[in-house]
Amino acid sequence: MEDLKIELKGKIIEVLNLEDITVEDIQDNDPLFGDGLGLDSIDALELIVLMDKDYGIKLSDPKEGRSIFQSIETMATYIAANRTK
Amino acid sequence: MKVYINGLGSVSCQEGTRNFKSSDLTRVSQGINQAQQPSYKELIPAGMLRRMAKGVKMGIYASHSALEEANIAVPDAVITGTGLGCLIDSEKFLSTMLENNESYLTPTSFIQSTHNTVGGQIALKLQCMGYNFTYVNQNTSFESALLDGLLQVQAGELNNALIGGVDEIGDITMRFLQLTKKINTVDEIFPKGVNYGEGATFIVLDNKQTTQSYAELVDTAICNRVESVEDFIQSFLSSQYIVPEQIDVLVLGSNQTANDGAFYAQAQAICSSSALETFKEFSGEYHTASAFGLLNACEMLKYQQLFSTGESKPIEYILVYNQFDGKDHSLTLLKKCGD
Repeated sequence: MEDLKIELKGKIIEVLNLEDITVEDIQDNDPLFGDGLGLDSIDALELIVLMDKDYGIKLSDPKEGRSIFQSIETMATYIAANRTK
Repeated sequence: MKVYINGLGSVSCQEGTRNFKSSDLTRVSQGINQAQQPSYKELIPAGMLRRMAKGVKMGIYASHSALEEANIAVPDAVITGTGLGCLIDSEKFLSTMLENNESYLTPTSFIQSTHNTVGGQIALKLQCMGYNFTYVNQNTSFESALLDGLLQVQAGELNNALIGGVDEIGDITMRFLQLTKKINTVDEIFPKGVNYGEGATFIVLDNKQTTQSYAELVDTAICNRVESVEDFIQSFLSSQYIVPEQIDVLVLGSNQTANDGAFYAQAQAICSSSALETFKEFSGEYHTASAFGLLNACEMLKYQQLFSTGESKPIEYILVYNQFDGKDHSLTLLKKCGD
């Protein structure tokens, strides 16, 4: 699980081009949207594509995304339980 | 109504882009020459910066400099020209389509890949709700924007306008152009190959002359193909009641390739008494490189000095002539501002 979290942080930094942010800067329970990393709705779409492409998880219900994308912790937990690749 | 150029801004292959003497500038010597990137952090919030294409960043920086010089907070219009738009994101989006079999398409590169992104982002940043238009006309993209702004200010529809040309280097496209020998490589200089560059150049047109004014923009003309460069120039100048002997400096967009020679030789023959200046050895070739030439011409007029030598000289009129590969000819006539 720890490895998955680190991998996820790295992918988010790369995909969302988070300049000046390192894996160490992102805490597992930091909110991804709003006050935490400050991601927005376009980033949410990027994360949905990332989940599908890298872990084989299709999110069809937008309401589902709200809880999954709360933090690295919630994302990693969901991916670990549902990944198909 | 007369139209003046009251502000200039640029990001180019040169480090202090606005250095005036060519001796201070670096000649582009490679096939592909990236623009020197200034620090954008002071100008653009980090949250926006991470998603911006290179062309957008260069455009925002250059437009900010031009507006600051012209002392204008929000222009009446933002008019841009670009040959290939935000090419890096276009390539990224298309590559992702191919790699992922048209699945997993992400929004950011698609949003950035449209040609009017630069003009749109500048207007958003300035909260400019006025006329906003982007011209994509290959090597006359900048002149198309310039002509639009000139006509609207002349007609009194605008008091001022921010006009710019932006193009960026995309690796995949450049590799294709090197394969077709249109761009030189590290190992080879092709007979028709050019040294490619990128950059953003913005100017502010205004209906009022100020102490900051660089030049009066008299006219600009575009012609996709010309039968005779001589006729094109003669007809353009005579429409302004000017004879070639009045042109003090002729600025040519020459790449000094096998394709260039005949066209620019004709221009030189007509304006045989004019001092000759070139600029693409400092900017590299790209679809809106002529804007960099116009910037040099503006500085020559303001400071009454030749670009290449720094020699002081009375300069009343400057003619900028550009073309590429025998197509997309453009002429821009500038005049010294009145006292």
